[in-house]
Amino acid sequence: MELVEKALAGNRYALARLISLIEDNGTEARAALAALYPHTGQAHVVGVTGAPGTGKSTLVNELTKVLRAQGTTVGIVAVDPSSPFSGGALLGDRVRMRDLAGDQGVFIRSMATRGSLGGLARATSDVVKVLDAAGFSVVLVETVGAGQAEVDIARTAHTTVVVEAPGLGDEVQALKAGLLEIADVLVVNKADRPGAAQTARALEMVINRNAVRGGADDNVWRPPILKTIALDGSGVPEVLEVIVAHREYLRASGSWAERERARVETELRNVLQQELLDRLLARVGEEQVQAWVERITAREVDVYTAVRAVLDAAK
Amino acid sequence: MSKRLRILIAKPGLDGHDRGAKVVARALRDAGMEVIYTGLRQTPEMIVEAALQEDVDGVGLSILSGAHMTLVPRVIEGLRQAGLDRVKVFVGGIIPDEDVLALRALGVAGIFGPGANTHEIADFIHQQLTEG
Repeated sequence: MELVEKALAGNRYALARLISLIEDNGTEARAALAALYPHTGQAHVVGVTGAPGTGKSTLVNELTKVLRAQGTTVGIVAVDPSSPFSGGALLGDRVRMRDLAGDQGVFIRSMATRGSLGGLARATSDVVKVLDAAGFSVVLVETVGAGQAEVDIARTAHTTVVVEAPGLGDEVQALKAGLLEIADVLVVNKADRPGAAQTARALEMVINRNAVRGGADDNVWRPPILKTIALDGSGVPEVLEVIVAHREYLRASGSWAERERARVETELRNVLQQELLDRLLARVGEEQVQAWVERITAREVDVYTAVRAVLDAAK
Repeated sequence: MSKRLRILIAKPGLDGHDRGAKVVARALRDAGMEVIYTGLRQTPEMIVEAALQEDVDGVGLSILSGAHMTLVPRVIEGLRQAGLDRVKVFVGGIIPDEDVLALRALGVAGIFGPGANTHEIADFIHQQLTEG
């Protein structure tokens, strides 16, 4: 594929077109991903997630500046929700990343969730593959940490940074969303605001509890809690040091390969699931589906009986 | 997932009035488009680079400073040099009639003045971007 060759050779527009192709998920996208795949597996994929307004984009901007000062190339995928009503999206993360404009060592792509949440994790990980194959050493994936979909995306990252801010009553919210369990690095941003120390302490308690549950094994990674003021860059180099230390830990402990394997297995299962569903629905037809919806709504039949009938008929 | 229209909304130049740009960005989102909003004080180079990375179908420029006759040609030329000829350019702001003709001649696909109806703007842009 010409587009793949150009993107691999460093053509930025080809790279952008390739990402669109994958987002639109046509048959061409499959061929492109197949051609790209042997070139992937080099980048350190870092997820950055947290509640809205915690300063994720600003932190990503500052992290990238530090990485660039070290000569590391950075790909950024910034994911924001699509409107469930219009299907449109307002993608505003670039507003906080203006410092990175004009740098050929950085590539920023804004991505809308486009409805299907299961599909989002897949689309995101496919876009990450493109940036990985194109040679970006670090790929930062920024998502709004609101629920299971974000947790799934975080699973595709080697290192997950969870961003908190004081005053949002966030500790409990983050716990609810299952965010603290997936954190490899915890950042309390806006550390100059009142309540930052309490937020850090609350996180410390949760993390300690998790660690105790995990046993006293010294070889277990305990998520460090760092304070930053992303707006002026304070504390950001330290966050990067910890991110790098986490990568070293993953490599040294064998967890890198384990994570990679777990990720691939999840991906395989997800894609299988989706493909099977697509094929089945294509065979059954939308008319049939709607007819079953009518019957279930009218309480003539329950959903499980309907599914069995659909599956039996499609055999 | 299907093809979605993507559009970049940018404010080149030095004026700090982004209310209009935000209102239009929102209207385009409500019309089903993916809107990449880049914020204030963008140089033409920044706009072209963002349009390239985001692979947008259109670029909307909001200019209230009166500098449209310098800024718009630089964006259009930049897009052309980057190989983004297919990207359509729209301009919103206070544009005198004689400049409207000049901008049209440069290839600007649509120009919207103060008081333009956001639904009409969204419909027009949608139509322009789907015509290919």
